[in-house]
Amino acid sequence: MDFIGTIRLVFRTLLARKGRSFLTILGIVIGVAGVIIIISLGAGAQSLILGQVLKLGSNLLSVSPGGGDANGPPSAVYGVTVTTLVNSDADALRSKTQVPHAVAVNAMVRGPATVVWQNKNVDTNFIGTDSSYPDVVSFAMKEGLFINQQEAGGNANVAVLGSTVADELFGGTGVDPIGQIIKIKNSSQSQPGGVPLRIIGVVTPRGSSFFQDNDDQVFLPLTIGQEQLLGVHYLQAINIKVDLADNIEQTRADVTRVLNQNHHILRAVDADFTVYSIADAVKVLSTITDALRLFLTAMAALALIVGGIGILNIMLATVAERTREIGLRKAVGATNGAVMRQFLIEAGVLTFLGGVIGIIIGAVISFIISLVMKSLGYDWQFVISITSVLLAVGVSILTGVIFGLYPALKASKLNPIDALRYE
Amino acid sequence: MSLIEIDNLKKNYVNDEVVTHVLHNINFKINEGEFVAIMGPSGSGKSTLMHILSFLDRPTSGVYKFEGKDIKDFDDDYLAKLRNEKVGFVFQSFNLLARTTVLDNVKLPLVYSKIKDLDSLAEKALESVGLSHRLNYFTNQISGGEKQRVAIARALVNNPAVIFADEPTGNLDSKSGNTVMYILQKLNNEGHTIILVTHETDTANHAKRIIKIKDGEIISDEKITKRTIAEEDKDLIK
Repeated sequence: MDFIGTIRLVFRTLLARKGRSFLTILGIVIGVAGVIIIISLGAGAQSLILGQVLKLGSNLLSVSPGGGDANGPPSAVYGVTVTTLVNSDADALRSKTQVPHAVAVNAMVRGPATVVWQNKNVDTNFIGTDSSYPDVVSFAMKEGLFINQQEAGGNANVAVLGSTVADELFGGTGVDPIGQIIKIKNSSQSQPGGVPLRIIGVVTPRGSSFFQDNDDQVFLPLTIGQEQLLGVHYLQAINIKVDLADNIEQTRADVTRVLNQNHHILRAVDADFTVYSIADAVKVLSTITDALRLFLTAMAALALIVGGIGILNIMLATVAERTREIGLRKAVGATNGAVMRQFLIEAGVLTFLGGVIGIIIGAVISFIISLVMKSLGYDWQFVISITSVLLAVGVSILTGVIFGLYPALKASKLNPIDALRYE
Repeated sequence: MSLIEIDNLKKNYVNDEVVTHVLHNINFKINEGEFVAIMGPSGSGKSTLMHILSFLDRPTSGVYKFEGKDIKDFDDDYLAKLRNEKVGFVFQSFNLLARTTVLDNVKLPLVYSKIKDLDSLAEKALESVGLSHRLNYFTNQISGGEKQRVAIARALVNNPAVIFADEPTGNLDSKSGNTVMYILQKLNNEGHTIILVTHETDTANHAKRIIKIKDGEIISDEKITKRTIAEEDKDLIK
């Protein structure tokens, strides 16, 4: 019997047992759908992260306090308070002769804060920063102005509100936030009753990045954040905007040299700060997403193996059930090879169909997830790669053939006389 | 040259090192166009003999020549090819494929051959057993007698050198059984060689020659003098 004839026979056999055929491939359907969803989500998450990183501004270097090990994040990430990065470091980095490619240098601290206006309380976050913040991070003002150099340097009692905070405080009141006085409190501040600040500007909505609402923030002069809210003298980060992407590595070397000098550090391993670029951040993030994806792929592979065992089980039952049919086929001239082919193709076709159904289900679910993520405000792309589809189909057919091999072999080895007598 | 030539054929089964002698010293020849009944009580070895004659099994020793060639020289795939091209089977329990049409059942042997024109050959075979009106019925929609006639059509479809019928009337009422025997006799008259395996004397008497087997040995091999001729039943064959 030729290949086409076998395929036709297999389809007829499978269609005659629709319900069982579907149950047989359910495991494969779930496994393949899982693979498709995972690969699609991985690609979507990567595009999201990349987009958010670019939103932060490219050509960005960031200095964190505390040395990190070469391949890992700085210790500040683990919640350890390191106090070695100070305002004079930022000032040193602003020197054009020392760090020629730095366009802007921004020093900052951040923390939780409660903002009070009249009888309203809003829990939010503050960012204590100098005037260069908008130069480093892509940023636009909805109204008013950002903190200028004099205000930042002169410790002026001014604040700029993120759009969410502005809405929560002033939404529906009809009051123009500009010029209003708010009080801001932090649990560790020295001054009771909060620091009074005059609002000088509101930022346009910026959306979320890294699952953090960028609009739920209050900006205030660095020293107010440090001394009056946190009661500290150190910095949490220094961000440096580099003029050209090609100069990032040069600037990183410059920054490291200046800070080493400032901190009297002779050996690289003793560094009490970490300089990382956006590229490093992407690397760290993709390490995490890759690990996650690997784990989920392993789970999907497990589902495929379980599905394959399901196929093995049902095919064995099918061979037993169709013993007489196999005997008859052999009696009328089917060779061992022809019987083997029939059952192998049957398993292959079953799992191929399972793969196709799984791909459709997986694509639909991935699409729904992308819609949900978009409606939540994330820039989430719906990506189904041809590679993942081909991989899923290939793997599912392979699963069928591998797990169908033993039942097919068993069928082909049946003695026609015994098979015909089998009741 | 005889179609089938058996010389000193033996068959043993070995089960857990216990040897069972099923057939010993079997000798006979069957020529083209014969209608032979192999008769014997159950356990006599007649089914085993039929399995060997129809290439489903191999003898332990002795010579089996089919169309002058010793089958010892053939591998399993070639025996499958012989079953496909030279042999037709009719079984006691019909052995039709379930959930499959009458026509597809009859086509089954052709599927494994190189023959192209499956449908018209199958239709012709069904016509000769009087089932042209049942082509697209499923096998669970027809009667037992009709099932066996489908099986005969399936045995005929590859125009075999010999048709083996193993208790073809065993599962049928006498009327349907009579029709089956009528068709077998008709086929024999048209030139087909038929080997019938049965334990019923009445059925065996439809043949032209009876080989009686007991305990694995031939006890008699003679021509039938008073042969039963099955009458055509107009009610059953439409």
